[in-house]
Amino acid sequence: MQSFKLASVVIGMSIASVSFAATEVEWWHAMGGANGEKVNEIAQAFNESQGAYTVKPVYKGNYTETMTSAIAAFRAKKQPAIVQVFEVGTASMMAAKGAIYPVYELMSDFGQPFKASDYLSSVTGYYSDVDGNILSMPFNSSTPVLFYNKELFAKAGISSAPTTWEQMETVSEKLLKNGVSCGFTTSWQSWIQLENFSARHDVPFATEENGFGGMNTEFAFNGPTQVAHIQKMSEWQKSGVFSYAGRRSDSAPKFYSQECAMYMGSSAGYAGMKRNTSFDFGVSQLPYWESKIEKPNNTIIGGASLWVLKGHSEEEYRGVASFLSFLSRADVQADWHQFSGYLPITHAAYGLTKGQGYYEKNLGTETGVIQMTSTTPTANSKGLRLGNFVQIRDIINESLEGVWSGQTTAQEALDSAVKRGNALLRKFEKAN
Amino acid sequence: MSVYFPHKKLPYLLLLPQLVITFIFFLWPAEQAFEQAFYQEDPFGLSRTFIGLDNFISLFSDPIYYESMLVTLVFSFSVAFLGLSIALWLAVMADRVIHGKLAYQTMLIWPYAVAPVLAGVLWWILFDPSMGPVALWLKYLGVNWDHYLNGDQAMILVVISATWKQISYNFLFFLAGLQAVPRSLIEAASIDGATPFKRFWTIVFPLLSPTTFFLLVVNLVYAFFDTFGVIDATTQGGPGVSTATMVYKVFSDGFIGLDLGGSAAQSVVLMFLVGIMTVIQFRYIERKVEY
Repeated sequence: MQSFKLASVVIGMSIASVSFAATEVEWWHAMGGANGEKVNEIAQAFNESQGAYTVKPVYKGNYTETMTSAIAAFRAKKQPAIVQVFEVGTASMMAAKGAIYPVYELMSDFGQPFKASDYLSSVTGYYSDVDGNILSMPFNSSTPVLFYNKELFAKAGISSAPTTWEQMETVSEKLLKNGVSCGFTTSWQSWIQLENFSARHDVPFATEENGFGGMNTEFAFNGPTQVAHIQKMSEWQKSGVFSYAGRRSDSAPKFYSQECAMYMGSSAGYAGMKRNTSFDFGVSQLPYWESKIEKPNNTIIGGASLWVLKGHSEEEYRGVASFLSFLSRADVQADWHQFSGYLPITHAAYGLTKGQGYYEKNLGTETGVIQMTSTTPTANSKGLRLGNFVQIRDIINESLEGVWSGQTTAQEALDSAVKRGNALLRKFEKAN
Repeated sequence: MSVYFPHKKLPYLLLLPQLVITFIFFLWPAEQAFEQAFYQEDPFGLSRTFIGLDNFISLFSDPIYYESMLVTLVFSFSVAFLGLSIALWLAVMADRVIHGKLAYQTMLIWPYAVAPVLAGVLWWILFDPSMGPVALWLKYLGVNWDHYLNGDQAMILVVISATWKQISYNFLFFLAGLQAVPRSLIEAASIDGATPFKRFWTIVFPLLSPTTFFLLVVNLVYAFFDTFGVIDATTQGGPGVSTATMVYKVFSDGFIGLDLGGSAAQSVVLMFLVGIMTVIQFRYIERKVEY
């Protein structure tokens, strides 16, 4: 009886406290390490700026784990109000119309100012529907760039970074002659050597505007431009110009240890690069084949955006809207951009960072932004909207690994990846 | 005062907790997976269509699936064979040690406390082609170690990581088994002039067969189902699909690919295979075991 009394008091107290406290908004994210601490800092700054809402960030593991747990939570009706989903999960989120609360709708429902033109178009393009409405809030976007070892370059008598793939070859050969054991390596091969490669050379990665036009899209990355590039890379793998070292960022140690003189990776890797290298390095734009295109297109983004999930109270959504507004403030964005190395999302944040003289003090940090914004995105460089793409990237990984090890030719590998990928696209079309 | 329980109900009552646990954690999920295998569903569970055997048909018309079966067989038997033979050898050696026996035994059991994912990460660091000490040492010996490209080397890496952990467990059982072998038999044999080698293969090994059989079952089940963490931490199934075992494929299709129906169909196939494996083991192999 005693314990029953106690229990009822506790329950009573907790009910009471709920009605007094600020409305809590849960935010699931995939930012570990230093970026994770920064996320907590941002949430805390928002919580202190007003008293009505408390944003509670929860770290849920890597991108895949975060997305999967949010989906599992949704099925169990325990979903967070905000979840961070990586760019390749975009199509799956968009297709789940009954599960998401589009950001543009949310912002107008709760009277928050929200103009698409305030944001960098190459970023929002990825997260907008066919009518140009922004469905999720861009948060951390990055784009691939070329890092190069200035000291090894100087030793080999090379004065500037290669801008074209033709130069990549001659520069690498020069480096090899000067005792460097590998010219360049790449991380995220599908993202950099096929997705961004296609965008930069203005060839389709998939039909229907890379999936933006409809779910009946089919892969097209086995076109002659891509095949020629992959075939060339497989020859380079043999000669030492290129060295493959893993699917994600596993190849970075080859650059740190000065085994490879160049490394293609995410612009957001800048801070990590600074920490792990003992030599002077430079950042340059991704190369392009001069013989294939005169002026290369913009690159496309990677990274993640914030999705709002359905099933919460109006009060919570009011809090979400006000938090998203806070997030896109120029000072918050500029701070996040400078701290993490992710791209600035808004023109205002870019201008602010420029005005603060940040890019002059940190040479190379602007490369990604310039590369992203130098041209107006075309149908081939807007981004990708492809279902089941997380898994399809693994199929592409498997096929490319076959090419690097010399088991298959580029044409065979890309044809088979297209075929297997298309089967998954059809599966996605059928399920949604 | 005595309490009287009618005997008919008591056994069920005592079994109830176990039955409830079995139902909640085994039967119910199994039934769910079975049901899911016949549906095509979007990840969020907003729509669901019955598609009959489509998931199974696409599974069995996919050459990659057969490849993963082969990978699983190679992987599981390598792990079980290596794990058993190394552990048996170590146990025989440790059983002979007179001084510091406890210290040796404790050290050999230690790795079992390491979580599979951690074990995977440790080996992954040791074998990293550009920084790992073992890889550099192999390079020095003239072996070009690169498990990012070479499927066979990747398989060796996952087999080593998965086996290393299991050796401790096997060791423990073998050691206990060895200690149960009557000394008098061994002494009698040595008086008759049998060499240590002969004594081991004709007396000790046959008497150990119940332990070996038990460990074989446990190790195969371990290699089939519990090695997901090791593979995820070291190779993620690559390069190509050369280390993607069936269980890893269930994970990558279900959790990364969010194809719940296809993944469930694979689970059903796995359940079926485990059933067959168990029957074979107990009907045919166990008969040869002397208890």
